[in-house]
Amino acid sequence: MTLWLILTPALAAALCAALPAQAARLNILASGVTLILALLLLLLGEPGGTGWLRADALNTPLVLIAAIVGFSTAIFSAQDIAGEGFDTARSRAYHAAFQGFMCAHFLALLADNLGVMWVAIEAGTLACVLMVALHRTPAAIEAAWKFFILCGVGIALALFGLIVLALAAQPVADHAEGQLSYTALRVLAAQADPGLLNLAFVFLLVGFGTKAGLVPLHSWLPDAHAEGPTAIAAVLSGLLLNSAMLAILRGKSIVAANPETISPGVFLVVMGIATLLLAGFSLWRRRDAKRLLGWSSIEHMGIAAIAFGIGGVAGHMAGLLHLWGHSLIKSAAFFAVGRAARIKRAQQMAAIGGLTTSHPALGWGLALAMAALAGLPPFSLFASELLVATAIGGTSPWLLPLFILGLLVAGTALLHAMQRLCFGQPTPQPAPMQAGLATLLPLWGHLLLAAILALALPAPLSRMLLDAARMLA
Amino acid sequence: MGFGDTSYDVAHVLGGAMLLISFVLLYQRRIFSLVNALALQGMVLALAALWQGYVQGAPQLYLTALIAFTAKGVLIPIYLRRLVLQLPPARRAEPASGIGASMIAGFLLVGLSILVVLPATAGARVLAREDLAIALSLVLLGLLMMVTRRTALAQIAGLMTLENGLVLAAIGVAGMPLMIELSTAGLVLVIAVIAGVFVRVLHERFDSLDTSLLDPHRGEGP
Repeated sequence: MTLWLILTPALAAALCAALPAQAARLNILASGVTLILALLLLLLGEPGGTGWLRADALNTPLVLIAAIVGFSTAIFSAQDIAGEGFDTARSRAYHAAFQGFMCAHFLALLADNLGVMWVAIEAGTLACVLMVALHRTPAAIEAAWKFFILCGVGIALALFGLIVLALAAQPVADHAEGQLSYTALRVLAAQADPGLLNLAFVFLLVGFGTKAGLVPLHSWLPDAHAEGPTAIAAVLSGLLLNSAMLAILRGKSIVAANPETISPGVFLVVMGIATLLLAGFSLWRRRDAKRLLGWSSIEHMGIAAIAFGIGGVAGHMAGLLHLWGHSLIKSAAFFAVGRAARIKRAQQMAAIGGLTTSHPALGWGLALAMAALAGLPPFSLFASELLVATAIGGTSPWLLPLFILGLLVAGTALLHAMQRLCFGQPTPQPAPMQAGLATLLPLWGHLLLAAILALALPAPLSRMLLDAARMLA
Repeated sequence: MGFGDTSYDVAHVLGGAMLLISFVLLYQRRIFSLVNALALQGMVLALAALWQGYVQGAPQLYLTALIAFTAKGVLIPIYLRRLVLQLPPARRAEPASGIGASMIAGFLLVGLSILVVLPATAGARVLAREDLAIALSLVLLGLLMMVTRRTALAQIAGLMTLENGLVLAAIGVAGMPLMIELSTAGLVLVIAVIAGVFVRVLHERFDSLDTSLLDPHRGEGP
């Protein structure tokens, strides 16, 4: 099953490149098949499995979320990419890169070997880089170049961290494969040299932290989200950030398995708080709707980093639930904003206004998604932020004021932006255009799923959430 | 194994040579020479892998050497040369920038990496930890190059030399598993090709490779 999850998008990427006329339909079909596979993986599990791919309680739910976001993004992009007016070559490149990215992302989530995970994250990034530049405007080239260079550096530092990790494991591992296998390293870490593990963790955190958009290496994120096609922004925020966060989490759990190392949680909390506060204040100054959502992704990664840094079963549960909820809601918000920008032919917030009057289904969907991003109930981000606050209160209450300040600043900024985008007088619209089912179905579907995550978490998911948190704690 | 032992000395000489070439990369303004220096560094890297394979009795490192030689010593330099040849001669050099300052910063970074790596790795083998210090220096010098240089090609050369440093670190630990080795080399090739695409786009749109021309288009604009 895990193997097919990776092979299906790989095959689809090849087919999309070969048959550009059918690419949009193939894209939806392949994403639908991977969604079914991911559901089966969640329900049936992968028996045994000691090879390169390993599905466990930590990554299986993330695989399902990725498949859901991938499927709805494929539906959304069928309409959105048609509106871009790309020529055959660019449409072919877009669809092949999209499926290529999905393939790399599933591999990054499922790989047991950290080296393979690294390769997959890097391959996924490279698939996105050229997509960000697809519009060929100077701003798009600038965004893609910054994305390329910063993430190139980040990922190189992460590889250095992995090499140091292998060096630490070398004296205690009995074969070369064990040096980078996540499962083996968790066992071996207790006997490995703590100095090397510390060095490795710092590089892993900075390296993968770049990709996860943690301060101070976050600056690629808003531009890359704003200048590329909306569908790419949805998968960048919804998926790539998750795989980077998973990589940090894996590094942390390996280093924490050795009692003599530095406490990795402190680093995550500090970076998380800095990220949350910077993003919170930056959100107030945004004029571009897609950059606003990009900054909101930075904010939410900060919250997740704080949760993982606080640690314990409660902290890890809160962090994982936050990642799931953020993926669903952020991609939904991107669908809505992307469609609104297409309708108004501008993505400046000043040009988009009064959506609830002109396009009620789209406007109310966007309003709900942004309220959810601001942390309002009844969506799962509310539940997870509450859980993070409880976990912080239990272990380090002095941190609570900073955390709540960050949440309030960011939340009010998002609500303010929501008001400008969704309510008031509708802004002029160059030509009549409907929201369209290809946007509304993914948008409302994601909102519904995010509400279900908060109100009635399905039994297999809640079991896995608890198992994963216990495994990490 | 220590100072005076042939296996140790040769490994050090090769690592030192790579470091020296990094300094050449740091100040070289002409892009052709930059590509040549990069090719030379790739070849020295292949030699270092070969030597480590012999010393550690690890035959898979011979393969690493072969991959490093093919990808970094031959394929990427040929590709970059062809890219440069398509540019008008005026684009084949970079405007003068402060060489002295970046050289001093380079020296400081080498010192920093020794200060970071040696105490942190007290438990590891002597050769591995000193190789790691050299490797980290290469990584940091590559970063410095990416920060200080303005043209797209020089920044990519920085990324490539940074990657050379990573491979040097990896051969100190008897290499990564084969599949990762191969895919990493493949990714580096892809990075070079993507950089080539960017160079063409930049040249077409701005008639220059100077990435500082992109700065006005940063962020949300006016």
